[in-house]
Amino acid sequence: MEKSINVTLKIWRQAGPKVKGKFETYKLDNVSTDSSFLEMMDVLNEQLINERKEPIAFDHDCREGICGMCSMFINGHPHGPDGEITTCQLHMRNFKDGETITVEPWRSAAFPVIRDLMVDRGAYDKIIQAGGFVSVNTGGVPDGNAIPISKVDADEAMDAASCIGCGACAATCKNGSAMLFVAAKVSQLALLPQGRVEAAHRAKLMVAKMDELGFGNCTNTGACEAECPKNVSISHIARLNREFLSAKFKD
Amino acid sequence: MWLIDSSIGRKFIMSISGIFLVLFLLFHSCMNIVVIISPSGYNAICGFLGANWYAVAGTSLLAAGFVIHILYALYLTYQNMRARGSEQYAVKKNQNGVEWTSQNMFVLGLIVFGFLALHLYNFWFRMQFAELTGLHTGMFDAADGASYVKALFSSWIYCVIYIVWLSALWLHLTHGVWSALQSLGLNNKIWLPRVKVVANIVSTIVILMFMSIPVYYLLGFGA
Ligand code: HEM
Ligand code: SF4
Ligand code: FES
Repeated sequence: MEKSINVTLKIWRQAGPKVKGKFETYKLDNVSTDSSFLEMMDVLNEQLINERKEPIAFDHDCREGICGMCSMFINGHPHGPDGEITTCQLHMRNFKDGETITVEPWRSAAFPVIRDLMVDRGAYDKIIQAGGFVSVNTGGVPDGNAIPISKVDADEAMDAASCIGCGACAATCKNGSAMLFVAAKVSQLALLPQGRVEAAHRAKLMVAKMDELGFGNCTNTGACEAECPKNVSISHIARLNREFLSAKFKD
Repeated sequence: MWLIDSSIGRKFIMSISGIFLVLFLLFHSCMNIVVIISPSGYNAICGFLGANWYAVAGTSLLAAGFVIHILYALYLTYQNMRARGSEQYAVKKNQNGVEWTSQNMFVLGLIVFGFLALHLYNFWFRMQFAELTGLHTGMFDAADGASYVKALFSSWIYCVIYIVWLSALWLHLTHGVWSALQSLGLNNKIWLPRVKVVANIVSTIVILMFMSIPVYYLLGFGA
């Protein structure tokens, strides 16, 4: 059933990376509860443009929960109050009529604000570039059934691979730690035969990059798992620790 | 050196030093409980662990464990504050399933440390220190631990102080023990809930053994 609500939005405005930002308050009427949070933001921007004001800059791309761009910290939660979804999948029916909604960018030293709600999540790309891949050796194609993979490992690898690199884990972590992301990326490859070959090397390179970029030390609070839109489990962090420690002790 | 330069290396030291301290507490609490069962037996243990070389070596190792754990705690906490950045969230809500203790390990550690200083003054200074230096720092003989325990806990204020202290330690350990195993990589999806149960059991046993002593005196049994 379609309904419409009136909301007040407290949104972080910041003209550039070095400029001091502040909250601005906007009123938006007749928001359909069937619209997504980003559609609501579009309507707000339309209203701002009609008032000849600067529209709010925010990141978005796929709008179906797979690209990880829509980084917004809404009412105290990354991607808003609803669980296991991204901002683009958040519906306005999660909010009450007359509610004040606070929207902030990710705040983490490694994710600097570019403008308004847009942050530079390039640090995650740099971690991937450091080792989150499989080096390709072209050769004959092996028989599909020659290397059996257990269902348990295949499932774990797929669960890890569901990570979309959105950055919610580091954004919500009180220690600004990127461990859940790095653990997911190390696990998805370490669990499968193609990735296993370089697993130890990969863990060392990716952790070194993560530390160099200024992410914090994990104290196992579990906030990342609770806020992850893909519900990536912190058990992958234990695997990363295991991979890293055994690689270091072998050296 | 990767044990200082890498985050997982630092966590490794944190967890090893933490586990070492937990093992010490297990030993310490088993020893303490004897004071209830047999004060003279307790004094025999105190005599055994006085100014001998092995007791001094053990104490030095223990002190080193504490220093390492605390130095790493300071360093980790400082780095984590830096990683969080200078801008704080205006609205930040806690998630379901995130333990309060896990977010406040440093504060709990500081409380533990503060009372630890008092505890060292109450007992160690009057016992092992007195024996080592030959100074007479307390009212009883340095090996007469049972009398010191009885004297201290004849004051209900001290009983309450020790109970508060042990509660803070319990909170630190309920998260610390499973966190240490997770940091060492000894965990997976199936074992995650089990490891948490093990941590709760271990920390509760340790703390109950310690706490039984002030409670015993508070209820007037030791008078
Ligand atoms: C004396 C002051 C102390 C301070 C300042 C302190 C502080 C900390 C901090 C900041 C952590 C990091 C949180 C984490 O890694 O999960 C931690 C972890 C831990 N602490 Fe302490 N602590 C203290 C004393 C103790 C004592 C007396 C014990 C045990 C007897 C202990 C056992 C542990 C354990 C087992 C961990 C988990 C290690 C890990 O997760 O890797 N701590 N402590
Ligand atoms: S682990 Fe989850 S929260 Fe972190 S980047 Fe991946 S999808 Fe986002
Ligand atoms: S816009 Fe792609 S995940 Fe939200």
